Amino acid sequence: MRKLKLVMVGNGMAGVRTLEELRKIAPDMYDITVFGAEPHPNYNRILLSPVLAGEMTIQDIILNDLQWYADNGITLHLGSKVTEIDRKNRSVIATDKNGELITVDYDRLLIATGSSPFILPVPGKELPGVISYRDIKDTDEMIDAAAKYQHAVVIGAGLLGLEAANGLALRGMDVTVVHNSEWIMERQLDRTAGKMLQSALEAKGMKFRMSAQTAELLAGDAGRVAAIKFKDGESIPADLVCMAAGIRPNVELAEKAGIHCNRGIVVNDTLQTYDPRIYAVGECANHRGTAYGLVAPLFEQAKVCANHLAMYGIGRYQGSVTSTKLKVTGIDVFSAGDFSGAEGTEDIVLHDPGMGIYKRLVLKGDKLIGAVLYGDTKDGAWYFQLLKDEQDIHDIRDHLVFGNSHLGDVGHKGNSMAASMPDSAEVCGCNGVCKGTIVKAIQEHGLFSLEDVRKHTKASSSCGSCTGLVEQILASTVGGAYTPADSNNKAVCGCTDHSHGEVRKAIKDNKLLSVVEAQKFLAWKTPNGCASCRPALNYYCISTWPHEAIDDPQSRFINERAHANIQKDGTYSVVPRMWGGLTTPGELRAIADAAEKYKVPTVKVTGGQRIDLLGVKKEDLPGMWSDFAKAGMVSGHAYGKSLRTVKTCVGAEHCRFGTQRSMTLGVKLEKMLFGMWSPHKFKLAVSGCPRNCAESGIKDIGVIGVDSGYELYVGGNGGIKTEIAQFFCKVKDDDEVMEYGGAFIQLYREEGFYLERTCHYLERVGLEHVKKAVLEDAEQRKALYERLLFALQNYKDPWAEIFEDKPGGTLKREFEIIKV
Amino acid sequence: MTEWKKICAVSDVPVLGSRVVESEAHGRIAIFRNSTDEVFAVRDKCPHKAGPLSQGIVHGKTVTCPLHSWKIQLDDGQVVPPDVGCVKHFPVKVDMGEVYLEL
Repeated sequence: MRKLKLVMVGNGMAGVRTLEELRKIAPDMYDITVFGAEPHPNYNRILLSPVLAGEMTIQDIILNDLQWYADNGITLHLGSKVTEIDRKNRSVIATDKNGELITVDYDRLLIATGSSPFILPVPGKELPGVISYRDIKDTDEMIDAAAKYQHAVVIGAGLLGLEAANGLALRGMDVTVVHNSEWIMERQLDRTAGKMLQSALEAKGMKFRMSAQTAELLAGDAGRVAAIKFKDGESIPADLVCMAAGIRPNVELAEKAGIHCNRGIVVNDTLQTYDPRIYAVGECANHRGTAYGLVAPLFEQAKVCANHLAMYGIGRYQGSVTSTKLKVTGIDVFSAGDFSGAEGTEDIVLHDPGMGIYKRLVLKGDKLIGAVLYGDTKDGAWYFQLLKDEQDIHDIRDHLVFGNSHLGDVGHKGNSMAASMPDSAEVCGCNGVCKGTIVKAIQEHGLFSLEDVRKHTKASSSCGSCTGLVEQILASTVGGAYTPADSNNKAVCGCTDHSHGEVRKAIKDNKLLSVVEAQKFLAWKTPNGCASCRPALNYYCISTWPHEAIDDPQSRFINERAHANIQKDGTYSVVPRMWGGLTTPGELRAIADAAEKYKVPTVKVTGGQRIDLLGVKKEDLPGMWSDFAKAGMVSGHAYGKSLRTVKTCVGAEHCRFGTQRSMTLGVKLEKMLFGMWSPHKFKLAVSGCPRNCAESGIKDIGVIGVDSGYELYVGGNGGIKTEIAQFFCKVKDDDEVMEYGGAFIQLYREEGFYLERTCHYLERVGLEHVKKAVLEDAEQRKALYERLLFALQNYKDPWAEIFEDKPGGTLKREFEIIKV
Repeated sequence: MTEWKKICAVSDVPVLGSRVVESEAHGRIAIFRNSTDEVFAVRDKCPHKAGPLSQGIVHGKTVTCPLHSWKIQLDDGQVVPPDVGCVKHFPVKVDMGEVYLEL
């Protein structure tokens, strides 16, 4: 087949991103030619501010070097201006850097011409020393001017203007920002936050002239700009004037070719213009009335556009909610959504001028529609997510303003604001990654997402406690380009575009009974998935179709295959089950004997009231289990995404304060739930009185005995971020604990996403939803409980299954070594 | 001198799974079988922190280390970027359903 010809006009971030996406899904479909007006390959325009501020060099911000174009067989014409699109003959005509005409035919044309700065129509706008702030050339000119001259004026106090002013001030110039509104960044900030930001910038030495109208720019003796004159007659010195008063989409070329434009090249949801062979992405495109100027939406457009160029015919771009972050070192501002305070909206405001903190949340009904944060932006990502997901915030309204960042309680010395941390401060305590390392990686590799940062630096990739900090660092380094991950609709992993919710539903609706079937049905992109999606798919199959689905051991993490917990040296730890934390002299003797027989180096008591034997060789596991079985012990599942332990206090059996027999109930619960696989590990506790010695407040289900029965708490977590369990209901006896608790567990098992603990599940669906299903609807509760019991029936101890297998058998060979 | 040594039947290695081979000269070697019945052999030691690769999840021609999720290409022993490193890989052949390693 003849290769199709794709021509791209414009060599910026949105366009090249489209080519990268296209290369991923259809590497051989097109012969690609790119025209770029600038003499540089694609660079990270967002990072011009750090270049101006002297924190980076041009070389640092190149995203695709010339080699990249060569490696991908892309013909690149740099310094070439496309002058005409001939739609009739399907060709573009350009003038190259030597003034020669080039004509290139296309089958598909991609217009990614970006935008130009708006130049105020005032006398003197053409004078030397009057520039905009858009590309490498402008940046160079500003750096140059900063070395020679003293007075700079920046017209426009939007994101770009303030970043330019900050950079010029850092380079030693005396900078005045001129703005025609009452407060700065009026499109991103409300008045209060704008004024706070202004004072902070004034403290850094910048001057402001607000509500000022520029009348003209005056030349000095050398013909260069020397002053700016306002409409009120006053003037101030200006050796450099930087226009940052907005941008205009570059549409001249398209307009000349007769393509419909209206404040941008009008495109549909597949980024096609009115000529279906011609696409447009980026700042030059007008999608549903909006021309986006931030990178995140442009990348979304790029993905959809590439998908259509590859003729997949799926994927629509439906517009983006954007957020803003100012990249001025040491100042934290964040805004997202609509905060104009229109009718029907309500504000929640927290304002502490002394601490320099301002938070304003704008609500409409039960939804968050806008947020402005100043001084403390660590919750920005969370608010943005609530906003994008249009989540019902009714349940959490009373504490919404206090935030809920993705930040653990420990591991980062209590730091919660990344901006104030020095580069040498450790952000990720698990992998020993400092702030400076993260910033450097983001800049050098052109990273935009949390996932990318995790891959390159390992920060936040282990326990995730520092995620909130890493997000802040990412947001302040790339500014508006940062989009927090969309938790609800995020693809399971790189092997698919489907989200966890969609996968769960497909498995249920279409009765998919194995990992392979699910992958086939959902058109997985990789042959066997990966270590992230396979365990999830396996869990979804077996939890949705118990006793029917095929449980694939090769799709389970090694711990669930070896029924023990892998340690750093490749040995395993073994935890026999002790129902409710109770044991006997006989069991203890068997444990002691096994520890000696298999030379176990470490014996330890766990947090869940069990005994852990650490350092067991894999080959010894079946033998050890067989010895335990003789003493009546089974697997403790201390390794699985499954029921872990039911922790108990002494209770009314012995304790003089006990009101309920907590040990007895603990044993009953643990026996009922033995062998239960769940989205994540599952822990319970039963305390016999409100003194709560079993720590029920930080368990997935915590039971607390009171004189008249039991209180049930759900969604507690004692891990990375301590979550106190929420009160669920009051029940009268053991049987009701089992039924109500069991129904809650089953709902979580059926609706939870893989690796989502109960606290995160509840955060996503809301406690009200769970209460409705389990408490208000007795029939549904009973049905859930029934389904749980059905799934758990006939469960056989996995240890016994393995040691009873014959040598070389499919279960036992996992533990056997082949000697040569 | 290296020679081809018979290890086991292909069917002794689970699909998308592994077996551990202990050799006096080379220590532990992990052999893998993927979903298209290709067989690979690499040293059973992740170049990152010496995790036993044999215990990882196999997908395509890659295994994910169970300790810190580094991905290793089984056909050439190279680590999948952005991580960097490599692990020794051994020549393998399958003849009449039997796996042979060149040791």
